[in-house]
Amino acid sequence: MTVQIIIRFLIGGLVVSVFAVLGDVLKPKSFAGLFGAAPSVAIATLSLTVIANGKLYAAGEARSMIAGSAALLIYTWLTCQVLMRRRWNVLAVACFIIPVWFMAAFGIWRLFLVSPR
Amino acid sequence: MKITVNVSALGRSRWYEYAVRFFFGGAITVCAGLIAHRYGPGVGGLFLAFPAIFPSSATLVAKHQKQKKERAGLQGEVRGRECAGLEAAGAALGSIALLIFAVLVWRLLPNHPAWLVLAGATMAWLASAVAIWRIRKAV
Repeated sequence: MTVQIIIRFLIGGLVVSVFAVLGDVLKPKSFAGLFGAAPSVAIATLSLTVIANGKLYAAGEARSMIAGSAALLIYTWLTCQVLMRRRWNVLAVACFIIPVWFMAAFGIWRLFLVSPR
Repeated sequence: MKITVNVSALGRSRWYEYAVRFFFGGAITVCAGLIAHRYGPGVGGLFLAFPAIFPSSATLVAKHQKQKKERAGLQGEVRGRECAGLEAAGAALGSIALLIFAVLVWRLLPNHPAWLVLAGATMAWLASAVAIWRIRKAV
């Protein structure tokens, strides 16, 4: 288990860093921002999940990722609106809006993706 | 608007700024795995689109832009915040493409080779992100 966690950490860190560096070198900024929503964590996690738990399990994770992605859209749109309209600290804004991601992700998942019993 | 690659931008980041993103990237990958292990793939999958490194990336963009303006003798606070806002706008467009990535992996993974599905879905993410960005710019 510990070895698996270390491998996950290293692969996740590496893939996320590659996409982050791509975002650093590209211009204009709005285009570079696309890489802020790159499937970096998904590529690392799904690859390891397929190996450890099989393709069906990983497909189940991808299905829920639809709700997570929709929540990310809401989160980033809201962050953009606040940063453009208010003179608030960037890190504070980006962190304080994270609960919106949680509410949106779990809300969308519960409403549309959880099968009724 | 022309898309350009500016390799010299890499020199503006300090080693610890790369380390922070590596740490958060690794940490969220571990967390997503542990959450899926504890609560199942339904809940774990949500975290594949968690904005783990967005706060640090947006802060870096704002900081670098502010420093650039200040080196030129200008006040960079507002410009830094605007650049972080543009980064967020770009990420919003990218997250629509991320949704397409998720749908493709969900539908195709059970019946096709995993490496092919992940590589193809990543290409589809890039192509759709660029297309959405271009449409947004044209409107």
